[in-house]
Amino acid sequence: MYNQEKCKFSKTHEWAYIEGDTAVCGISDHAQHEISDIVFVELPKVGAKIEAGKSCAVIESVKSASDFYAPLSGEVTEVNTNLTADPSLINQAPHGDGWIFKMKIANAKEEENLLSFDAYKATL
Amino acid sequence: MEKLIIEKSNGARGVIFNGVKDVSSLLDKKHLRKQEPNLPQVSEFDVVRHFTNLSRLNFCLDTHFYPLGSCTMKYNPKSYDVLCSLENFSCLHPLTPATNAQGTLELIYKFEELLKGITGLSSWTLQPSAGAHGEFTGALIAKTYHKKDKNRTEIIVPDTAHGTNPATAAMCGFKVVNIKSNAHGRVDLEELKKVLGPKTAMVMLTLPNTAGLFERDILEISKLVHAAGALLYMDGANLNALIGLVKPVDMGVDIMHINLHKTLAAPHGGGGPGAGAVGVRKGLEELLPLGRVLFDGQKYTLLTKSKKSIGQVKSFWGNIAIVIRAYAYLRQFDGKTLGNIARNAVLNANYVRVKLKNYFPAFFDEVCMHECVLTIAKDMPNLKALYVAKRLLDLGYHAPTIYFPLIVPQALMVEPTETESKQTLDGFIEAMKQIFEEAKKDISMLEHAPHKTEIGVIDEVLAAREPNLKW
Amino acid sequence: MFDASSKETKAAMLKEIGIENIEELFKDIPSNLKQAKFNLPAALDEQDLTKYIKALAAKNKPLLNFAGAGIYEHFIPAAVNALSTRGEFLTAYTPYQAQASQGTLQAIYEYQSSICALFDMEVSNASHYDGATALAESVYAACQIKGINKVLISAGLNPQYKQVLKTYFNGTREIKFEEVSLKEGTLDLQDLKNKLQTPSAAFVLATPNFFGCLEESEEISKLVHVNNALLISVVNPISLGILETPGSYDSDFAVAEGQCLGNAMNFGGPGLGIFTCKKQYVRYMPGRLCGITKDDKGNRCFVLTLQAREQHIRRERAASNICSNQALCALNALIYLSLLGPKGLKEVALLNLEKAHNLAKEISQVKGFSLAYQKPFFNEFVVNCPIPAKQVINKLAKKGILAGVDLGQVDKSLKNSLLVCITETKTQADIERFISCLRGI
Repeated sequence: MYNQEKCKFSKTHEWAYIEGDTAVCGISDHAQHEISDIVFVELPKVGAKIEAGKSCAVIESVKSASDFYAPLSGEVTEVNTNLTADPSLINQAPHGDGWIFKMKIANAKEEENLLSFDAYKATL
Repeated sequence: MEKLIIEKSNGARGVIFNGVKDVSSLLDKKHLRKQEPNLPQVSEFDVVRHFTNLSRLNFCLDTHFYPLGSCTMKYNPKSYDVLCSLENFSCLHPLTPATNAQGTLELIYKFEELLKGITGLSSWTLQPSAGAHGEFTGALIAKTYHKKDKNRTEIIVPDTAHGTNPATAAMCGFKVVNIKSNAHGRVDLEELKKVLGPKTAMVMLTLPNTAGLFERDILEISKLVHAAGALLYMDGANLNALIGLVKPVDMGVDIMHINLHKTLAAPHGGGGPGAGAVGVRKGLEELLPLGRVLFDGQKYTLLTKSKKSIGQVKSFWGNIAIVIRAYAYLRQFDGKTLGNIARNAVLNANYVRVKLKNYFPAFFDEVCMHECVLTIAKDMPNLKALYVAKRLLDLGYHAPTIYFPLIVPQALMVEPTETESKQTLDGFIEAMKQIFEEAKKDISMLEHAPHKTEIGVIDEVLAAREPNLKW
Repeated sequence: MFDASSKETKAAMLKEIGIENIEELFKDIPSNLKQAKFNLPAALDEQDLTKYIKALAAKNKPLLNFAGAGIYEHFIPAAVNALSTRGEFLTAYTPYQAQASQGTLQAIYEYQSSICALFDMEVSNASHYDGATALAESVYAACQIKGINKVLISAGLNPQYKQVLKTYFNGTREIKFEEVSLKEGTLDLQDLKNKLQTPSAAFVLATPNFFGCLEESEEISKLVHVNNALLISVVNPISLGILETPGSYDSDFAVAEGQCLGNAMNFGGPGLGIFTCKKQYVRYMPGRLCGITKDDKGNRCFVLTLQAREQHIRRERAASNICSNQALCALNALIYLSLLGPKGLKEVALLNLEKAHNLAKEISQVKGFSLAYQKPFFNEFVVNCPIPAKQVINKLAKKGILAGVDLGQVDKSLKNSLLVCITETKTQADIERFISCLRGI
C-alpha cells in the first residue's frame, strides 16, 4: 500500500509516505523483523503535536519496548486503531495494514533529512 | 498440571462460622452486594491438596540450587520462621500504645543499631517495603535535601544499573542521566566528570556493581560527587559481597538501602514481601520517613510527627515480620564472623568462575565479587544464554539471571551465595559443562529446552496479545 | 554461622582458583577501607537466639483489640499459614522462569481472579506493597489517562493514605490534591459537585470511609463520571462479603488494604496492596500480571505477561519502579478466600456487621458516650467520649483493652472522638468486658 521504494526513512527505522503536506508513518520491514512478534502499540493521540526525532509512540514485544521517533514534525490526524486489536499487522505488513498514524506535515524542509529507500538499505 | 481451584468447585464448604444471623436488613438494600462473588466452593481438604500440589510445581531454594545473579538466594534459616510468627509479635495492632509494644519497638531499635554498626550510616528507616521502595525513599530524601537548589534536577545512573534506579529517579521527577561503563565494567571517571555538575542531585551506584565488580575508584568517585555538591546513593542489593568487610560510610556513601530479603536472609516468598531499610549519614537523619523508633533510656516510642521528614512512604512502620527475621540473622554473627558471609560468598563465586573458564568465560576476565557474569564463548555463535537457562532446569538447577547486565552480551549472571557447599557448586559446574558439550552436538535440542519440566516452551506472545488475566 | 564448607574444602577451592589466601580476592578494595571495625554484640547460637527473641516478644503486652483504621484483626484459619509457609512457596524467587514457577504463577492467577470476583472488577495485578501505595500508583495512572494533574480526594480517606499521597507526589510528579469535605460523617455531595466543576483526573472515594460510614457510592459515581473524571474507590475487602462492590458502581480503579484477608496484623506490616481496574486501563497499571497461555505441547500454563510496561524493560519510562509484589501475602489472601468461599465470606461480613451494631448500641447506652454519626456503617464507628479519647485509651489499656483509635491525633477538634472497630473475633463476653470498663471511667 505504501510502497517502501516510495517512502522516506529515518535512521531510526521509521518510514514516511509523503503526499503533499500529509504523511503516513510506520516502521520498516527491517525494524519489525528485529523487534519480532509485536504485542502492543502505544499510539499517539489524534491531534497530538509531534516533533521530528522525538518519541511519539512505543512498540512492544514480549521483552522490549521500542520508541517510535517521529520522522517529521507536525500534527497527528489519524491513528491506525486496528493495531489495538491486532498489533501483529505490523509484522505482517509493515508498509500496508501495519501503518501506524497519519500526520499533517508542519515543515516540509525536514523531508530533506530523511533517506531514500536505497540510502536507508545501505545503512542496515 | 493442576486444575484451577475454581474448576474444582463442587458446592462444598471450607471454613464455617456458627451462629450467624442474617442481619443484612441493618443496612439499606442499595448498600448490599447484588450477586455473590465467583469464588471457589470447596472443602478445606480440597484447598489443602490444591495448594500443596501447586507448591510442588515450584523450584525453590529449599529444593534446588538457585544461582540467580543480583538476587542473593541464600539459605533462610528455619528458626526465623518460628520467631517472626510468635503470637506476641504477629497479633500486635500498629496503633497499640507504645507501652504495650515495647518488645517490638526494642527489636526495631536494636536492629537499627546493628545496621549502624555494619554500615557506619547513623540513622535508619525500616518503612520501605522493598529495595525499589527504598530507592524511592532515598531519592525523595535527595529531593528534599536539595530543596533550596532548584537546579539540581538530575540523577546520574551508570548503564549497568538495575532498571529500578532510572525508574526511581523518573518517579521522583528527576531527569535520568545515563553514563557508560568503561572497558573494565566500571564507572568511567571521564564520563562521570562530563555529566557531574551543578544540576546533579545524586549519583546512584550499585556496590559492587552489577557486573559483580568492585568499583576500584570508589573513593575518587565519592570525592567527585561531593565536590559537585551532589549526594552518593548506594544501591545495597549487592551488600552480600561487602558485609563485615567494608563500611559504606567509609566509601563516602550518603544514603543507601539494604534488601533485608537478600543480604539478611529473609525469604523471597515468590516475589515478596521483602523490606528495604534505608540509612543516611549524619545530617540527613531528620529527612527520614516518620515512624522511627526513639529511646530515652527507659522507654521506646515512635516518632510520628516531624516537620522536616519526607513523610510516610507507606502506611505504618514497615514490614515488621521481615525485620524480625533480619534482626535474628544479624544476631547470629559478631564483629569478627560477620565478614565470613562476604568472604565465603566471594569464594564461591570465584570458584564457579574459574572452573567454568574454558566453557562459559567471564565477560570481564578478572577476580569477581559475590557473583560472576559469564557469557557464551565467541566460537559458539548458535548457543544463547536463554537455552542454557532453560536446559539447566532440565538438569535440576534453577537458571542464573540472564541478559543482565545489559552491557554484557548473552549474560549469565551467577550468584551462588555463601550458603552453598562445594559439592553443590561442583554439580552445577558439571551441568554447565554438559550443556556446553550438548551445544556442540545438537543445538536444536537446547533450543527447545526444557524437556523434562512439566511445561515446555511457553508462548509468551499469545499471553501478551490476548491477555487472559482471570477466570 | 551457616558455613557450607569445611576449612579444608575452602583451602582446596582457593587452590583451584589459583590463590593461597582468600584476601587476594579482595585486592580491588582500597586497603584503608578494609580497616573497618565492626562492633556487634556477641553472636547467639540458635538456642540462645530463640530464648532471646522470645523474651523480647514477651515484652509486648497485647491488648483485647478494638482498633482498626486500616489494619484489621480477623480470624485466620490454620490451613492458611500451614500452606503458605511451605518452603516451595516461601523460598522461591519471583516467577521469571515460568517452567520452574508454575505453582507461584498459578497462585497469582487465582489470586487475581479471586480479587476480581470479590471486587467485581475486570483486572487485578499481582499486588502492591499496601493499600496506601496502591492508591498512590492508581492516582498517577488516572492522571496519565486524563492528562490532568489534579485529583480530588474524600476528606474521609484514611489519613495514612493521605500522608502517603503527599509523600509520593509533593515535589515529584506535581499532582495537586483537593479535599472534598464531609458532612455528618459522609461526603458533602454539594461540595463534590462544586469541586468537580474544575477539571480533575479522578475522585478518590473511600467507603466505608475512615470514620466507618458508608458512602452513597452509586450517586457519587454518577456525579464523577458526568464530570468526566475517573472514580478510584478505596474499600474494605471483608466488607464486600455483603456490601456493594466497586465494580457495581462503575469504579475505574479500586484499591484496598488486603491484610484483612488471611494476614496477621504484624504491627502493620507487611500489608497487601490490592490494585484493580477496568480492562481498558490495564496498560496504565503498574506491577506484575500473570496470564494464561500455552506451551509447545498445547498445555495450559501460566506466565508473567505485559512485562514491557515494567521497569526492567522500560527503565526511566516505566510508570513505576516497583519490581516485587507481596506474593506471600497475596497467597494468604487467596487461600483464605478459597477456604471461606462466597458463603463463608458472607458469614464473616454478617458477623462483623452484627457485632458492630450491638457494640455501638451498648456503648451509646453508657453515660457520657454517644455515636458521632447517624450513618450506615459496617464494622467501625466513631464514639463521642466525655473525656479525651487518648485518656479513654490509656485507662482501658491498663485493663488489657485497646479501646480504639484516638482521632485527636488526626484532627485536634476530634480529640474526644474514638474510632472503634469490632470483628468476628470478639465474643459477647469481650463486648461486656469492654462496656463495663467504659462504665468505670
